[in-house]
Amino acid sequence: MVIKIWNVIIYFSLVLVMLSIVICFIRMIIGPALPDRVVALDLTANLLISFIAIFSVIANQSVYIDVVIALALIVFLTTVAFAKLIAWQSTIQKKIRNKETS
Amino acid sequence: MSAWISMICILIGTLFILIAAIGILRMPDLLMRMHAATKAGTLGAGLILIGVMFHFQKWNVTVEAIFTILFIFITAPIASHLLARAAYFRGIKLAKMTITDELKDHYDRKLS
Repeated sequence: MVIKIWNVIIYFSLVLVMLSIVICFIRMIIGPALPDRVVALDLTANLLISFIAIFSVIANQSVYIDVVIALALIVFLTTVAFAKLIAWQSTIQKKIRNKETS
Repeated sequence: MSAWISMICILIGTLFILIAAIGILRMPDLLMRMHAATKAGTLGAGLILIGVMFHFQKWNVTVEAIFTILFIFITAPIASHLLARAAYFRGIKLAKMTITDELKDHYDRKLS
């Protein structure tokens, strides 16, 4: 009996995580600017981490936790790189504007 | 017993993640969206990893899950802070309900 409830709850949470990923993709499409999309991408990667963790419980394979570690490492680098890109864009535009006004 | 603990942890973490996703869709502002996504998303992922840890109960899985949780809890605020700072200086629009903006007099953010 415990096993049956357990299965139902695990699959239910998997479905909820997939629904959250879909919501994040909606925000990624309609996001007004680049930073909104990057925030949605960050949350999507976080959700993928959770998805793989739950899937490792379903498949009963502990190997997938390695994937989680690698994904967590890469996501941090991605967000930092996007933040650097946004800061670089704004400095370039500021330089161009200063050149035009002077 | 450990099956129940892992089940409850995974369920609560999933609910936090769903709250984060709803917040990222419904919040009016970039900074509010980032607030919802970072805090709730990090807590949800940490709870799910704790549930996985209780499910397997193996030495290597426990160590890897603890390291992943530590890494997520350290790097999520750093990445969020970098992104918020860059976006603020880029000149994103704040929501109309914003009451105070203490950096407004100190920096020039009239851009794009």
